[in-house]
Amino acid sequence: MSHHLVVRVVSKLLIPFILLFGLYVQFHGDFGPGGGFQAGVIFAAGFILYALVYGLDNAKRIIPEKYIRAGVALGLLIFAGTGVASLLMGGNYLDYSVLAEEAPKGQHLGIFVVEFGVGLTVASVMIVIFFAFAGRDHQIDEKEE
Amino acid sequence: MIAAHLPALQIVLPLLSAPLCVLLVRARLAYALSLIVCWLAFAISIMLLGQVLDGGVISYRLGGWAPPWGIEYRVDLVNAYVLLIVAAIGALVITYAGPSVAREIGGGRETLFYTSYMLCLTGLLGVTITGDAFNIFVFLEISSLSSYILISLGTDRRALTASFRYLIFGTIGATFFLIGVGLIYQATGTLNLADMANRVEPLGASRTVQAAFAFMAVGLAVKAALFPLHSWLPNAYAYAPSVVSAFLAATATKVSIYVLIRTYFSVFGPEFSFEVMTLGPVLMVLSIAAMLIGSMIAIFQDDIKRSFAYSSVAQIGYMVLGIGFATVLGVTGGMLHLFNHALMKGALFLALGCLIWRTGSVSITAMQGLGKRMPWTMAAIVGGGLSLIGVPLTVGFISKWYLLLAAIDSGLWWVAVFILISSLMAIIYVWRLVEVAYLSPSPDGAPSGEAPLVMLIPTWVLVLANFYFGVDTRVSVGVATEAAKYLLGAGS
Repeated sequence: MSHHLVVRVVSKLLIPFILLFGLYVQFHGDFGPGGGFQAGVIFAAGFILYALVYGLDNAKRIIPEKYIRAGVALGLLIFAGTGVASLLMGGNYLDYSVLAEEAPKGQHLGIFVVEFGVGLTVASVMIVIFFAFAGRDHQIDEKEE
Repeated sequence: MIAAHLPALQIVLPLLSAPLCVLLVRARLAYALSLIVCWLAFAISIMLLGQVLDGGVISYRLGGWAPPWGIEYRVDLVNAYVLLIVAAIGALVITYAGPSVAREIGGGRETLFYTSYMLCLTGLLGVTITGDAFNIFVFLEISSLSSYILISLGTDRRALTASFRYLIFGTIGATFFLIGVGLIYQATGTLNLADMANRVEPLGASRTVQAAFAFMAVGLAVKAALFPLHSWLPNAYAYAPSVVSAFLAATATKVSIYVLIRTYFSVFGPEFSFEVMTLGPVLMVLSIAAMLIGSMIAIFQDDIKRSFAYSSVAQIGYMVLGIGFATVLGVTGGMLHLFNHALMKGALFLALGCLIWRTGSVSITAMQGLGKRMPWTMAAIVGGGLSLIGVPLTVGFISKWYLLLAAIDSGLWWVAVFILISSLMAIIYVWRLVEVAYLSPSPDGAPSGEAPLVMLIPTWVLVLANFYFGVDTRVSVGVATEAAKYLLGAGS
C-alpha cells in the first residue's frame, strides 16, 4: 500500500486518537457508556488499521505475536485474580465490597480492575484473530500487488 | 474458611489454570499444572458431595449478591453427583494425557491443548454447579467452544470437518436453549432456577411456557446427542485425539443430560413435563430408537472408535429411557447409567488410546492378534466391553437391572424386551473385537509392546472401577436413588 499516500497520512493522524478514544471508553466506562468490551475492540481497531496500511510485518514488529498471546491470558487472569483477591480478603468470590475499606470504594475498584482485564483480553483476541487471518492470505496479497 | 468457598473454587481453579497454561509456554509445565489442578478439582468435588450428604443443599452467592438477583451456585445431591463424575474423569484422563498428547498432537500445540482441556473442564463443571439459567448457557458455550478446538486437534484431517459439523450443531443447540431461557425469562422475570420453578407453576400451561419448554428440550437434546439429533457425535468422537474422545465421551453428553433432568424435573416439574407436555412417550420412543439403531450401526463399523461412538448414541438412549419413565426407579436407572457409562466409555476410549499410541491405527485389522501383542490393553478393552454388554458383576449390569426393574414396575414389559435386544447387539460388536484380537494371528512385523504405564494405570483404574462399582453399589446406587427421590419430590 506504499503508493496510497492519502491513506497513509490520514491513518497516521487518526491512529493516536483512536487509541486514545479506546482508553477513554475503557476508563470512563464507570461513569458513562463504555467498558472493557467496547474499549478493547476500539483499541484493537486502531492497531488493525495500522497493520492494514503499513503491513503485517511492521505491525508484528511493534507487538510481537507472543506478547499478544500473553495478553489474552493475562486479561483473564486479572479478572479471575480479582475474584481470588476478594476471596482472600474474606468476601465471596468476586465480592468487590471487601476490596477497600468502604463498600462503594471497593465496588468501584473491583469493577475498574475487572474491566481492565476484559479490555486487555478483548483487544488481544481481536489482534490475534486478525493476525491469524491476515497471516494466511499474506502471500496471495503480495502476488496481487 | 475454605470449606465455605468450595463451590467457587471448584470452578475458579480450573478457570485460572487455563490462562496460566498459555503463559507457561512449555508443554511439560502446562501438563504438571493441569494435573495438579484436575486432582484438586476432584478432591473438591468429593468434599462437596460430603457436605451435601451431611448438611443438605449448599447455596453460594457469587459476588455476594443474594439470589434471585445475583448468580447463585447451588449444589444439591443431583449435581454434586454429576460434579463428582466429571471431576473424576477429568483427573484420570489428564493423568493419562502426557505421552498420548505428545505423540498425537505435538508440534508446539500441546500447551493450547492443555488450555482448552482446562477450559472445557471449567465449562462442564460450571454448567453442573450453577443455579442460574443464563449462566448455564455461558458455561455451555465455554465447554462447547473449547471442545471444538480439542476435536479439531485430531491427527486425521477429517477431524476439522467433524469439529466444524459439531460447531454448527452445537451452536444451534445452544441457541435453542437460549431462546427457551429468553421466553421463560419473559414469562417469569427471573433467571434463577429455583425461583423460576416457583413462578412457572402458577402460570400453568401458558403458550410462552410451553414454547420455552420445547425450545429448551430440543436444544439440550442436540447437545446430549439424543437420537435423531446425534449426527454430530460419531465423527467428532472418531477423529478427535484419543484423550479428547475419552474425556468428551465420558463427560460432555452426561452434563447435557443433567441439564435436561434439571429442566424437566426441577424447573418445570414432573407434572408439567410428563402430564401436560406428555414427554414420557416421546422420550421412550426416541431412546429405544437410539438403543437399537445406535447398536446396529456400531456392529458394522470397521473403525473401532466410530463403533464405540455409535455405541455411545445407544447408551445415551438408556439414560434418557430411564428419565422417560419419570418414576423414582427409572430416574435412578438413568442417573446410575450416567455414572456407569462414564466409567465404561472412559475405560474403552483410554484403552483405544493405548492402541493408537503403539500401532497408530484403530481399524479392526490393526487388532489382529492384539491379545498377544498388547495383553494388558486388550484385556482392558475386554473388561470395558463386558461392562458395555451388561454382564453381571460389572456396572453395566447394575444400570440395566434398574432400568429393567423400572420398566416392569411401570407395567411396560415390552420396553424390557428392547433393552435385552440392544444388549445382545452389544455382545456382537464387542465379540467382533475379541475374535480378531485373540483368535486370529498377528500379521508379520506388526508393532507390539505395551503403552507406557502412565497411560495403562488410569485405563486400568477405570476398568477396575467398572467391576468394583458393579459389586459394591452402596455409593453409586445410594446417591442415585436419593437424587432421584429428591428430583421427583421437588416438583410435587
